[in-house]
Amino acid sequence: MQLQERLSKTELVSFYRKMLLIRRFEERCAEMYMLGKIRGFLHLYIGEEAIAVGCMSVLRPEDYVVTHYRDHGHALARGMDPKVAMAELFGKATGCSRGKGGSMHLFDARLNFMGGYAIVGGQLPVAVGLALASQLQGQPRVTVCFFGDGALNQGEFHEALNLASLWKLPIVFFLENNLYGMGSHIDRTYAGGRDVFKAADHYRIPAYQTDGMDVLAVREATLRAVEHARQGKGPYFLEALTYRFRGHSMADPVEYRDKAEEEAWKARDPLPAFQRYLLENASATLEELSHIEQEVEEGVEEAIRFADASPEPPPQALYEDIYA
Amino acid sequence: MPELTLREAIRRGLQEALDQDPTVFLMGEDVGAYGGAYAVTKGFLRQYGPERIRDTPISESAIVGAGIGSALGGMRPIVEIMTINFSLLAMDQIVNHAAKLRYMSGGQFAVPFLIRTVTGGGAGLAATHSQSLEGWYASVPGLKVVFPSTPYDALGLLRACLKDNNTIIYCEHALLYGVRGEVPDAYYEVPIGRAEVKRPGRDLTLISYGRGAHLCLQAAGELAKRGVEAEVIDLRTLRPLDLETPLASLRKTHRALIVEEAWPRAGIGPYLAMRLHQDAFDYLDAPIAHLAGADTPAPYARNLERLALPDVPAILRAVADNFGL
Ligand SMILES: Cc1ncc(C[n+]2csc(CCOP(=O)(O)OP(=O)(O)O)c2C)c(N)n1
Ligand SMILES: [Mg+2]
Repeated sequence: MQLQERLSKTELVSFYRKMLLIRRFEERCAEMYMLGKIRGFLHLYIGEEAIAVGCMSVLRPEDYVVTHYRDHGHALARGMDPKVAMAELFGKATGCSRGKGGSMHLFDARLNFMGGYAIVGGQLPVAVGLALASQLQGQPRVTVCFFGDGALNQGEFHEALNLASLWKLPIVFFLENNLYGMGSHIDRTYAGGRDVFKAADHYRIPAYQTDGMDVLAVREATLRAVEHARQGKGPYFLEALTYRFRGHSMADPVEYRDKAEEEAWKARDPLPAFQRYLLENASATLEELSHIEQEVEEGVEEAIRFADASPEPPPQALYEDIYA
Repeated sequence: MPELTLREAIRRGLQEALDQDPTVFLMGEDVGAYGGAYAVTKGFLRQYGPERIRDTPISESAIVGAGIGSALGGMRPIVEIMTINFSLLAMDQIVNHAAKLRYMSGGQFAVPFLIRTVTGGGAGLAATHSQSLEGWYASVPGLKVVFPSTPYDALGLLRACLKDNNTIIYCEHALLYGVRGEVPDAYYEVPIGRAEVKRPGRDLTLISYGRGAHLCLQAAGELAKRGVEAEVIDLRTLRPLDLETPLASLRKTHRALIVEEAWPRAGIGPYLAMRLHQDAFDYLDAPIAHLAGADTPAPYARNLERLALPDVPAILRAVADNFGL
C-alpha cells in the first residue's frame, strides 16, 4: 500500500470501520438467510469490500452511485444506515425501499444511491442517463456505475461506453472484476483477454486497472477517475481486480472453483491487510481496532434487532408506489 | 410406473434428444460447468462435452440470435434462458426474427429452435425476477408456447417440441422442479396444443396451467369436501391454444374460472375468456371469471408477495364470489 495523499488517522480508521461493517453485516446476513428471515437471492460482497469503501471515500454527497444486485457493500459504504438496510432484507416497512425491493434492489434517494439493478448490464445505460442529466444541468456531479465482469458481454455495456464517450459524459464506469460470473470464469466468457480495462480504449475512454483488495489503491485510482469526469473531460473506466470469497448467491455450492485459487485470494483478504497497514503505518493500536470491531458488531446486532422488531409493510403497500 | 421429478423428466428428454439427434446441442449461461441455475443440466458437460453443452457469456440477445441462425443452418439448438425475465434482452431476436422468418420468406425457411426458460414468482425474488411473461410470447403469431405442470407432461411435451420445426418457448415454473409424478418407461408424446382434464367434475371448471394447475387441483379437493365437483383443465400449451377442451367442459359445467399468475392483462386469461364467452355464451350460467396475479410489480416482502399471487384460498374465494359455490 502506497499513499500519495496525506490522510489523517481518523480517515484511515474510518475506512477500516466501513469495511468491517460490510463484512460483519453480511456474515450475519448469511445466518439470517439460513433462519429464513432473509429470502430470495442473497449475493454477498465478502472479499470485495475495499472497492466500495475506497471508491465511496472519494465521492461527494451530490454524486450519483449506481450498482448491480451485489449491492449491500455499496449501500453501506455510501452511508446507508445498517438498520434500514437490514430491514429491507427482512422485507420490513422500515427498509430503505419499504420492503418492496429486497437484497438485489436497494435504493436510497437521500444518499443519491440510485439503486441496485438485478438485470446484468441494465444499470449501465441508466447511469449514462444520470450523467447526461448532470451535464445538461451544468452540475459538477459525477456518476459512478459499478458492474461485474459478467456484464462485459451484454450489448448494453458497449452501447453505454460508446454513448458516454461520444457525449463526453461525467461518468466513471467501475468494473469489479472478480473473475467469475456465477460459475463461469472470465477466460471462458470474455474473448478480450485479462486486461479488461483495455476494452475502454476502443471507445477512447481513459482506463486504469487497480488492486481491488487494497482500499487505498482503489481510493487513489478513483480520485483520478472522478477528477477527470468532474472536470468535464468525459468518462473514465476503472477495473478493480478482486474475488468473491463466497458463492455467487446462497444457493451456489461453488463446485467450479479451484481450492488453491480460493486460498490464494483469501490470503489477500483486504481486511487483515489493511489492519496491518494501520498498525504499522498509522500508529493504530490493537486495542483501538478491537474496540472498533466491538462497536461494529454491536451496530450490526442493533440492525438485526431493529429489522426483527419492525412491522411488515401494510397490505395496501402492494398497490402503492406503482405510479408517481 | 417409475416416479420422476419434473426436473428429472426434463433431463431425460434432453438426454434422449442429445443421444438420438446429432444436430441437437444445448447452450446457455452456466448450463455446463455450473450445471444450470436450476440444476437441470447437471453432469451434461461431462457426458456430452463442450461442443454440445455450450456455456455462453451473459449475452441473451446473442445466444438467442445464434440459436436462430444455427437452426436456419440445419442444427436443432436448445437454448436455456436462465429466467424469462432475462428473455427481455432477447425479445427482439425472438419476436422480430424467430417468429417472422418463416412468414417473411414465404415459407422458404423454418426455425426449429427450442428456448427453455424458467418463469413464475413466489420465491421472494422481487420485481425484476418474478414475472410470468409467457402470455406475452403466446400473443405472437409464429411462436409456440408450452408450459408443463407434471413430469409426465414435461417429458411428453419436450419430445413433441423436438420434432416440431418451429420456435417454441418451453416454460418451466421455478417452484415445480421438485414435483413428482409417474412417467412410463415406454415412449409417448404429449401433443402440442392439447389441454388435459386433470380432474373431472360437473359443477364448475377451473382452467389453468403450470403452478396454477396444481393450485386448482388442491382447490378442487377442498371444494369436493363441500360436495362441489370442480373439473380442472391444464392448458399445457398456451399457443396454439386448445379451445375445444374448455368448451366441452363448459357445456357440462356452465361456469369457469381461469387462474394464472401473470398480470391480469398479460396472461392467457383475457383472450381465453373472450373466446369462451363468444363460443359458449348460450351455455354459461355466469360470466367467465379470471383470477390473476396482482396488477403490480412483484413485491419482495413475504406478506405482500403472498397477496400478489393466486393461492388456494383466493381460488375458493373467487369460486364463492362469482358462482356462489
Ligand atoms: C440479463 C441477465 N442474465 C442473467 C442473469 C442471472 N445472473 C445474475 S448475476 C449473474 C452473474 C453476473 O456476474 P458478474 O457480472 O461478474 O457479477 P458478480 O456476480 O461476479 O458480482 C447472472 C448470470 C441476470 N440477472 N440478468
Ligand atoms: Mg463477476
